[in-house]
Amino acid sequence: MQSNPQLNEHGELRHLLSIEGLPRDVLGSILDTAASFVGVTEREVKKVPILRGKSVFNLFFEPSTRTRTTFEIAAKRLSADVINLNVAASSQTKGESLLDTVANLSAMQADVFIVRHASSGAPYLIAQHVKPHEHVINAGDGRHAHPTQGLLDLYTIRHYKRDFSRLCVAIVGDVLHSRVARSLIHGLTTLATPEVRVIGPQTLIPTGVESLGVRVFHDMREGLRGADVVVMLRLQSERMRGALLPSAQEFFKHYGLTAEKLALARPDAIVMHPGPMNRGVEIDSAVADGPHSVILPQVTFGIAVRMAVMSMVAGT
Amino acid sequence: MTILIKNGRVIDPASGRDAIGDISIADGRVCESLPGKPDRVIDAEGLVVAPGLIDLSARLREPGYEYKATLESEMDAAVAGGVTSLACPPDTDPVLDEPGLVDMLRRRAKALSRARVYPVGALTVKLAGERLTEMAELAEAGCVAFSHANAPLSDTQVLWRALQYAATFDFAVWLRAEDYALARGGVAHDGDVATRLGLPGIPAFAETIALATVLELVRATGARVHVCRLSSGAAVHLMREAKAEGLPVSCDVGVHYVHLSEVDLGYFDSHCRLVPPLRSQRDRDALSSGLADGTIDCLCSDHTPVDEDQKQLPFAEAEPGATGLELLLPLTLKWGAQRKLPLVETLARITSRPARILGVQSGRLAHGAPADIVIFDPHAPFAVHAGSLRSQGKNTPFLGYELEGRVRYTLVAGNLVFELA
Amino acid sequence: MSTLPDAETLCARLVAELRPSVGPNTAMIGLHTGGVWLAERLHAALGLIEPLGTMDIAFYRDDYHTQGLARDPKRTQIPFSVEGRDLLLVDDVLYTGRTVRAAMNELFDYGRPATISLVVLADRGGRELPICAQHCGAKVEVSAEMRLRLRRGGDGKLKLELERAE
Repeated sequence: MQSNPQLNEHGELRHLLSIEGLPRDVLGSILDTAASFVGVTEREVKKVPILRGKSVFNLFFEPSTRTRTTFEIAAKRLSADVINLNVAASSQTKGESLLDTVANLSAMQADVFIVRHASSGAPYLIAQHVKPHEHVINAGDGRHAHPTQGLLDLYTIRHYKRDFSRLCVAIVGDVLHSRVARSLIHGLTTLATPEVRVIGPQTLIPTGVESLGVRVFHDMREGLRGADVVVMLRLQSERMRGALLPSAQEFFKHYGLTAEKLALARPDAIVMHPGPMNRGVEIDSAVADGPHSVILPQVTFGIAVRMAVMSMVAGT
Repeated sequence: MTILIKNGRVIDPASGRDAIGDISIADGRVCESLPGKPDRVIDAEGLVVAPGLIDLSARLREPGYEYKATLESEMDAAVAGGVTSLACPPDTDPVLDEPGLVDMLRRRAKALSRARVYPVGALTVKLAGERLTEMAELAEAGCVAFSHANAPLSDTQVLWRALQYAATFDFAVWLRAEDYALARGGVAHDGDVATRLGLPGIPAFAETIALATVLELVRATGARVHVCRLSSGAAVHLMREAKAEGLPVSCDVGVHYVHLSEVDLGYFDSHCRLVPPLRSQRDRDALSSGLADGTIDCLCSDHTPVDEDQKQLPFAEAEPGATGLELLLPLTLKWGAQRKLPLVETLARITSRPARILGVQSGRLAHGAPADIVIFDPHAPFAVHAGSLRSQGKNTPFLGYELEGRVRYTLVAGNLVFELA
Repeated sequence: MSTLPDAETLCARLVAELRPSVGPNTAMIGLHTGGVWLAERLHAALGLIEPLGTMDIAFYRDDYHTQGLARDPKRTQIPFSVEGRDLLLVDDVLYTGRTVRAAMNELFDYGRPATISLVVLADRGGRELPICAQHCGAKVEVSAEMRLRLRRGGDGKLKLELERAE
């Protein structure tokens, strides 16, 4: 069986494909490096020269303006050249295989590939085929992982709560389809978070999820009791059509975050959401805009985290 | 041509024989002794002499999929693997639902003079699950049984009628038990690994629900059914009960499934993208035990050549299947060794038992039996890589492994069709 | 082997040397990690008005392509405006000059100082770039395979030490 494809023979981060399999010290290092980059994002000249002369290719097989933009901003702040490839539109429809697309770009002197793909595992396939000096960062693959989102969620929690070893974190919503949830769960368990909960109807909780180290709750009130961090997941409208849920209204009634349900969590609990939010479906506007919400700071931290990941990976 | 195979360890599972001895061949059949000097002597000292292997499922990719593999390459692979008889599923292009196609396939195979090919006919026209095929005509053209390959047969009424019709003529029906709706969209076993890897899952009850349906219809119709490619421990349990009840059923398991489980998917290894999916370790262990205690009758390769382009894709997009004709012997020996079974018991699973299910005379070394024979070295190393496989399909989870067991000679109807260089 | 000079003595000497040039427009920045320890002592002793700035040059180094990103970069924090300042840039040991080059590049991303004066505890020679210190505690001879470091004891006392370079 293959060894961990993310690390090189010195245990350094060569690619970032998933939070799962990252040693604890590497994870900590990424968060610490991100902290230094937050300082850069707060000053007048937001650039550092570290990736000058390097080319970062945004390879998005699944469209996404938000994530792609934050990666682009992060890369430019590292002084890298950024090329955006909306591959969804072009070569894939012409029937070019994934690996052929990558090989063609590789011939154009790429250093870092940022890949988002609808199929779980696509970035691993790419990472197996790139040249030694090329690096792959997973910007989201199917339901499997979204490691930079997981990292920025961990960074956010660390910023507000400091010590993971005493926390209770509740993740609410469509865990079945969520790569964000999987990445966050791996990060939290690696950092020894004692209580990680997933809350949702049975149709949206994947089989055997307990094996990831979480407790399952179907009753949201029970699941929120005593939580320090509440992470709300986005519910996509397709789920209503796929015999998984009857309606957004019923979902909101039992699994939507309102002030009344939030009151069951700890008084200083923070509310997070990877975005974009469906107000009135998974979260009440009052809560989204309220004092517990840290949803906007999450976005700022996202740029610093992506700067950290890119500079660590491109330097090996 | 007369042949004398000397001093080999002769193992004939049908009779239980396991002893050093000679095998004589004349007129394409095993005989007790030869009239004069043999035309050829094969020194089998240190080697095992057994009936040629009988594989209940090997896709030859003809007609229709010649870009994936051809009859020539796959027949070469078969005899290199010691397989002297194989049954091929009807999911060719066009589907084997017309006597003319079956006839053509049999002629092509016969002309190549390598392994014997037994076509399995389609149960419904185009495998669309709606209209019955002319089973009697197809049987006359040479079909040994009727199956639905991996195509969904969701209309239970059609399935019932198909079994009734087959039972009328006492034709065997080979079915893989899977509820189409429950399996839809799934690419891996619905369990811990699929959850972790974010892959859509097929629950084990997709197999048991369909299997229970099939068994009920067997009770109602009396049709002879062979259940293909069991994948879960729960299905083994159902088969055990069905056999105890005396239902006319048999079943097989793919040779990969007694060795591998969902854990082997690793980092999305598309060589493990198989149909049915590799399930949990407990399922694998139950399949292995079921094969050992006889609940599962035999092993097959489920040989499915897929070109590398179709495997070098993200897991869910990769084409399912593994090459297997050349690995059937070493993987079966490995299973037998792990279960500490005597070699004669191990080999029964790929010779005498599939012969019984196929209803053929091969698969045994008794006097007068067709001289379909494999002579192999059970301990010779076999490094599995693209260069060592004759099949056009190099797609196997065992790439890079070193297995034990190499075929030295293969004979079909008394003709030497393979000799290891 | 010659003994190393006493860091505390050098520190006191630097304070005395710097005092005349300190004015209302003066501000100090120490480079992590040894430079920050030294700067904290100098800053306190000189009674500078502006708070101390600290800098980590991790993102401005010239050896990223061979060495990758330095482990555990610290945050650069400059709690005053750099524009038009008379800056005292403080580091523990001056060697090749590359650290100071990186520090100046980073500094100019914060603004345009009026002047920069380099203050170091020890200068071991071996310059690879045209950089020099305006205020230097002592010149120290160090063989190429050794590294000269500043250490801070539990009691806060500074000490120069030699160790083998990796």
